[in-house]
Amino acid sequence: MTTTPSTLPDGSPRTHYLNAAYGLKSWLLTRDHKRIALLYLVSVSIFFALGGLMAVLIRMELVTPEGDLFQPDIYNRLFTMHGVLMIFFFLIPGIPAVLGNFLIPLMIGAKDLAFPRINLLSWYLYSIGALLAFWALLHGGVDTGWTFYTPLSTNYVNTSVLTVGVGIFIAGFSSILTGLNFIVTIHRMRAPGMTWFRLPLFVWGHYATSLIQVLGTPVIAITILLIAAERVFHVGVFDPKLGGDPVLFQHLFWFYSHPAVYIMILPAMGVVSELVATFARKPIFGYKFVAFASIGIAVLGFFVWGHHMFVAGQSIYAGVVFSVLSMLVAIPSAIKVFNWTATLYKGSISWDTPMLYALGFIGLFTIGGLTGVMLATLGIDAHVHDTYFIIAHFHYIMVGGAIMGYLGGLHFWWPKITGRMYPVFWSKLSAIVVFVGFNVTFFPQFILGYLGMPRRYHSYPPEFQVLNVMSSAGATVLGLGYLMPLVYFIWSLRYGPKAPANPWGATGLEWQTTSPPPVLNFETPPIVTAPPYTYPERTPSPKVNRV
Amino acid sequence: MSEGHGERPGLAHHFDSYEQQKDTATLGMWTFLVTEILFFGGLFAAYGVYRTSFPAAFRAGSHELDIALGCFNTVVLIASSLTMALAVRGGQTDKGKLAAALLVLTMVLGTVFLVVKGFEYHHKFVEHHVPGPAFHFEGPEANHVQMFFVLYFALTGLHALHMIIGILLVGYVAKRAWSGAYTPRNYNFLEGTGLYWHFVDLVWIFLFPLLYLIGRH
Repeated sequence: MTTTPSTLPDGSPRTHYLNAAYGLKSWLLTRDHKRIALLYLVSVSIFFALGGLMAVLIRMELVTPEGDLFQPDIYNRLFTMHGVLMIFFFLIPGIPAVLGNFLIPLMIGAKDLAFPRINLLSWYLYSIGALLAFWALLHGGVDTGWTFYTPLSTNYVNTSVLTVGVGIFIAGFSSILTGLNFIVTIHRMRAPGMTWFRLPLFVWGHYATSLIQVLGTPVIAITILLIAAERVFHVGVFDPKLGGDPVLFQHLFWFYSHPAVYIMILPAMGVVSELVATFARKPIFGYKFVAFASIGIAVLGFFVWGHHMFVAGQSIYAGVVFSVLSMLVAIPSAIKVFNWTATLYKGSISWDTPMLYALGFIGLFTIGGLTGVMLATLGIDAHVHDTYFIIAHFHYIMVGGAIMGYLGGLHFWWPKITGRMYPVFWSKLSAIVVFVGFNVTFFPQFILGYLGMPRRYHSYPPEFQVLNVMSSAGATVLGLGYLMPLVYFIWSLRYGPKAPANPWGATGLEWQTTSPPPVLNFETPPIVTAPPYTYPERTPSPKVNRV
Repeated sequence: MSEGHGERPGLAHHFDSYEQQKDTATLGMWTFLVTEILFFGGLFAAYGVYRTSFPAAFRAGSHELDIALGCFNTVVLIASSLTMALAVRGGQTDKGKLAAALLVLTMVLGTVFLVVKGFEYHHKFVEHHVPGPAFHFEGPEANHVQMFFVLYFALTGLHALHMIIGILLVGYVAKRAWSGAYTPRNYNFLEGTGLYWHFVDLVWIFLFPLLYLIGRH
């Protein structure tokens, strides 16, 4: 089927996946994992922007102690929609559906994912779910918090719980299908010689993520159906009037929604492993430990959900068990951080943009993780539960961790995805601005929470104003940092210098094919003969072809 | 898969061999069924919690169900799994017409199950045992009995939905089998449909005792 493409004067082929076909139909009906990844990139970026807009409005309200910008019920809708959009429509699909989709077949030497049509279907499901949520947003939104706790969500509120619920339900199947596709692809589509322990750690991270997507998401799906049944048929599974138990809802909800945090962070960890190895010019220290740490986090992640319910009426014995199990997650997480650090030791480190994001990730993830251990202890959690300490903790993981990883990955593979380089100065500046802006936004929230400022209120006592103004100012800087990549990435599509096949001098099959890759990924099917990250001793990365 | 290796019919462009394609399809279906187990699992968990909390009410609710119809439906579904297994075997041995006939038989048995289920639902409706504002139950713990019926309708309703999807799927596969689409090299879709059908059958094997046989020793 493949015709030998003619080549350009510099030796790169004239036909690649971007110019192989033109027109809307060639995108909307494509089965090419690379094009579907780009469809996802555009969609999740839109929902990131919408979720970010909600955050801007929240931070504007919180500049002053009085609730003077929004009524309380509008503020409830703002933080709910911020959470729903960011979690279900940006963070969960984010790295897997964009970078994972594009890179997993390339990294394992396959022509495509195992089920190309299901891959396209998953994008359509995501889009339908996201549009439903958007439609609900325009029709008043939801005000229950993204957690939809019963009986508030079933018996009391009159907002678009049902529409958003159905949107999340549909998008959930998109997530399940992505995970299923990845699991089967990694099992069945590896190139000759690509053994399990030659897989890049990015692939291991996504394998672990996919396990959670396949095992966890159906539980939130059935839980949403039960909420819908309560609202539509006026029957009560979680209704105390029928002897139903609202805490059971919390159990079912967190059985998915806690592991969902690992859906966000595990792919980012996979990205960081690639970046650290590439820009330290060394194999990852303790490769197998890092690989199994991903699986360990995915498995342990299913046994810690009760730490969201320490003060929700769960028995003290359950609390103790969940507390201990939650602390165990720190072990594989710490293995990763230590091993990245050990990889950096005596490496020839170069400070390219992706590396700046990766180092930012390691620092911020460490803070987020350590505060997580604090929160796993029953006494501290009872003190800071439902305060800004919690907000700060999970934003260090989700924003400082997952989004830093996502941006680092985008900067690393952008030349491969688009065939173009972006400006070095501006991109390095963006990494620094994001890092600084992030810390100024969220570090004060640790202090606010510890001093007792509760979450989910639009007004607060005047003594908290200084820290809140700091946080809002930081959010402005952070927002600027996110806008910069948007501008120069789009700029690079037209004006960026052409990227060579391997601008970073990285190992990995994806760098052996051309940039952008041909439709079937490789001109000749690759055969793998060596473990990953075989960098020669002490050779700095090439300084060619950079802007 | 429409596009493919010109010289190897039925092999999708991104696979190297028929074996790889078959292994991939099978693993994909099994992974999907794992998802399905967790999907039903949430409801089973709720069932476990509430049955432990209200054992007497669940026994009373269970005794309202028609055990004869439940038994009959169980036999019907097991029979449909047999015809399904034989149909897959037919596809594997290049007997497309036989496979199609067996698949139609499977659809008939599935429909019989749904019709019987429909009569049971109707009966519950007449007796005001459908949960909601109109629910009525003579006896103690009426609210908790209602919880039993919430779970009864949720579990059997979800199962019935899977049956309907299964019957449509089997119909499509029967049409394809009749036109000779399945060969010993590639009957993957037929086999996947078979796995799905057996799974739905197996869910019923769990539902029947959990719902109909509480306290009947």
